[in-house]
Amino acid sequence: MADPDFTGLSCPAPLRDHPQVVLGHGGGGALTHELVTHVFRRAFSDPLLDSLGDAAVLDVAAQLPPGGQLAVSTDSHVVRPLFFPGGSIGDLAVNGTVNDLAMSGARPLVLTAGFILEEGLPVGDLVRVAEAMAAAARAAGVRIVAGDTKVVERGRGDGVYVTTAGIGVVPPGVAIDPAGIRPGDVVLASGTLGDHGMAIMSVREGLAFESTIISDSVPLHGLVAAMLAACPTIRMLRDPTRGGAAAALNEIATLAGVGIEIDERSIPVRPPVAAACEILGLDPLLVANEGKLLAIVPAEGAAAVLAAMRRLAQGRDAVAIGRVVAAHPRLVVMRTAIGATRVVPMPIGEQLPRIC
Amino acid sequence: MKHLAEYRDADTAGRLAADIRLLVTRPWAIMEVCGGQTHSIIRNGIDQLLPAEVEMIHGPGCPVCVTPLEVIDRALEIAGRPDVLFCSFGDMLRVPGSRGDLFRVKAAGGDVRVVYSPLDAVRLAREHRDREVVFLAIGFETTAPASALAVKLARAEGLRNFSMLVSHVLVPPAIAAIMRSPGTRVDAFLAAGHVCSVMGTRQYAPLAARLRVPIVVTGFEPLDLLVGIRAAVAQLEAGRHELENAFPRAVTERGNEPAQAVIAEVFAPVDRAWRGIGTIPGSGWRLSDAYREFDAEARFGVADIATAESALCRSGEVLKGAIKPRQCPAFGRECTPRTPLGATMVSSEGACAAHYHYGRIHG
Amino acid sequence: MCLAVPGLVESIDESSGMRMGRVNFGGVVRDVCLAYLPDIASGDYAIVHVGFAIAKVDEAAARAMLRTLAELGLLEEGRAELRGEERRGEDASALEPAGRPAP
Repeated sequence: MADPDFTGLSCPAPLRDHPQVVLGHGGGGALTHELVTHVFRRAFSDPLLDSLGDAAVLDVAAQLPPGGQLAVSTDSHVVRPLFFPGGSIGDLAVNGTVNDLAMSGARPLVLTAGFILEEGLPVGDLVRVAEAMAAAARAAGVRIVAGDTKVVERGRGDGVYVTTAGIGVVPPGVAIDPAGIRPGDVVLASGTLGDHGMAIMSVREGLAFESTIISDSVPLHGLVAAMLAACPTIRMLRDPTRGGAAAALNEIATLAGVGIEIDERSIPVRPPVAAACEILGLDPLLVANEGKLLAIVPAEGAAAVLAAMRRLAQGRDAVAIGRVVAAHPRLVVMRTAIGATRVVPMPIGEQLPRIC
Repeated sequence: MKHLAEYRDADTAGRLAADIRLLVTRPWAIMEVCGGQTHSIIRNGIDQLLPAEVEMIHGPGCPVCVTPLEVIDRALEIAGRPDVLFCSFGDMLRVPGSRGDLFRVKAAGGDVRVVYSPLDAVRLAREHRDREVVFLAIGFETTAPASALAVKLARAEGLRNFSMLVSHVLVPPAIAAIMRSPGTRVDAFLAAGHVCSVMGTRQYAPLAARLRVPIVVTGFEPLDLLVGIRAAVAQLEAGRHELENAFPRAVTERGNEPAQAVIAEVFAPVDRAWRGIGTIPGSGWRLSDAYREFDAEARFGVADIATAESALCRSGEVLKGAIKPRQCPAFGRECTPRTPLGATMVSSEGACAAHYHYGRIHG
Repeated sequence: MCLAVPGLVESIDESSGMRMGRVNFGGVVRDVCLAYLPDIASGDYAIVHVGFAIAKVDEAAARAMLRTLAELGLLEEGRAELRGEERRGEDASALEPAGRPAP
C-alpha cells in the first residue's frame, strides 16, 4: 500500500478521490481500510493498532501490581461544533474517558475509539479530530489500541460521534468509597467552573460572542494521584460535566444521603465566564466542565490536598467551596453572596439562555 | 462587571435590610412585577433578609408565566411544519402547551432554534430564503423595541419569508387588573426597571394615584431591590401612594423615545389573555395594520386555535397573592416543575416553582 | 423579559445602514444594535437587552446612589460607635459555617 504524506488539512493522498466521507468508508472494504490506515492508524500510531487484529491483546499482569484493580469506563461524545476555542471533540473523547477512570483513582492504560461518521464530513476535519485525539492521548500517557468506524447517511449524524472506552489501573490501597462521606467533610473544586460550556456557547449559532474563554479539557489522573498521595482517605471524586457542579453535587448528596452546603463567594469563576453567563442568563453552577473535579475529603486532610493540588497546573486554582452537613439530607444548599441561603436544585434538562 | 457588581455588596445589603426592619410597624405585601426581579430575589435569597412583616408576592412578570396557552399551541403548530424554521428565546422551549412543547417538536424533526436576539431570526431569514422563518415575539415592553426593529428590517430587505408570532404584554394594565381583582393582597408594587428604561415612568404616576398604591421603579441587583423595597415600605408606613424612581441610572421619566416611536409604528394595542389572570383589555401588542403581512398567525392560519387552561390550576390566585402555593390542592401532586399545570409552576421564577424548590428548607 | 446587562461601547459602525456597536461586557464582546440610542458614544455604558441597547447608563445617578449607600454604612458605624458596640464582622473563610451578615 502506498505511503501517503498528508500536509495539514489538504486532502490526503490515496483519499484524494474522496475529500468527504462517503457511505463506502463504513462498508468494511477497501475504502474503510484506506480510512483506517491513513487517518486513524497514522494519527494514533500504535503497534497494537498496526497489527490489525480484531481485538487488542494486552499483557495486563505486567501492568497490574498485587492488590491493584482494573477500572473500566466508557463515554460518548456528541458536540456541536466539532472544533471550539481550546479544543475539539477529539480532546473531549480522550480526556473524558481518562477522567472517568481518574475519578476512581485509576491511571489510564488504554483507550478504544469508535467513530460514527456522517456522510459528507470533510476528511480533513476527521484528520484534525484524529490528530487531536493522538495529541491528547500522548499528553495523558494513554494508548489508543482499538477502534471501529461506521458511516451513517447525510443528515443522520452531527459530523462525527466518538465513543471511547478506557481501561485503567487502580493502585493498591486506593479505595474511593462514597459510603465514607460524613458531615464535616470538605468539598473542594480543582479550579474555575463553567469554562468548557461557555467556550462552546461562544461559538454556538445565534449566541456567539467574542471572548478569551477556552475549554478546560485536560486529563486529571496526575492531579488525582497527587491528591491521593496527600490524603489516601479521599471519600469521593466527581467530574462535573453535563449539568455542571450543581448536577454533580446533587448526585453526591443523593448517593451519600447527606446535605451539602456551598458558599457562593468561594466558587471560582473566571470573569469572562461570569460575564458571558450574565449576558445569557445562565448559572455557572449548571455549566459543563471538562477538566475539573469536585472532591469530598475528610476535614483533617483538606489543607494537605489543596496544597498538593495547587502545585500542579490542573489544580492551580483549587479551592474549598463548602462542606458536607447533617442537615437537609440529599439537598444542596448555597449561602448566597448576600448571606441568605437557597437550594441548588438538580438541573432538569439543558440550561438554556433566557431573556427574563 | 461595572454597574452590576457594585450592587451586590453583602454588608450594604444587611444594612438596607436593617433599615427596613426599623421602618416597618405592620405587615405589608409588596409585588415585584418583573420575572427578572423574581429571579434575583430567589437566587440571592433577598426575601430572607427582610423582616417577617414584609411579604414579597411574586408577580406575573415572566414571559413563560404570562404567554397564553393558545399562543404556545399556535407556536407548536407552526414549528411542526416542514417548511418552517422556528426561532425562539430559550425561555420558551420548555413551556408546555396542550400537547408537548417546542423541545418535543424539535425531537420530532421540527427545525426549532434558540436565538439570543430577534436580529438572529432576521439573519436566518436572509440566509434561508427557501424557508419560512418565524420568530416567537414574547416579552414585556422591554423586548418590544427589538421585535419592532426586526420587522422593520425584514421589510426594508424584502424578506417575505420572515414572520412573527406576537404575544407582547404590557405592565400598567396588569398592575391595574391585579389591584382591581377581588381578593388581592398587594399593598405596593415594584415596577419593572428595564420596562421603564424603554417606556419611561409617566404611565405610573396616574396609576399610583388612581389605584392608591405606591409604585417604585426598581432594578434587579440585590441592592437595587432592597432600595426599592425600602422605598415602598417607607411610603406605605407614611400613607403615601406615589410613583418613585429607585433606578435612576437606567430609567428616566420620558424613557427611550426613539424606541417608543418605532413601537407605535409597528405595534397596536390588543386585548391579551394572561395565564392565570384571564383577559386584560388593552394589555398586549399585536402587529399594526401596516405590518400585518408579517403576522405568523394570519400567514399560517392558526388564529382559530383556542385552548383552555387546566381546571385544577389556581395560579391566578397565587399570582394575586390570594393563596400560597401550598394551599393549592394540586401543588406537589398533579402539579410539579416537571409536570406543571399552570403559569406559576412552569417557570423557575413562578411562585409555585420557587416554593417547590426552596420551600423544602424554609418550610 | 428584563434580563439586560450594562456594557462599555467600544466602537460604533454605521456602514450597514443600521447603527451597530461593539460592546464589551466585562471581557465578552458582542455586536449590539445602537439604533435606539442615537446619542450614545464610545466610552459610554449602555444597557443591552436581546442585542439592543435600550438605555445609556447615567453615571452621575449611579455615583449618587452608591454614595448614598456608602453613607448608610458610615451612618451605621457612627451609631454603633456611639453605642460603644463592637461590630461583628463576617467570617469570610469558606470552611466556617454560614454566618449572618453584619447588622
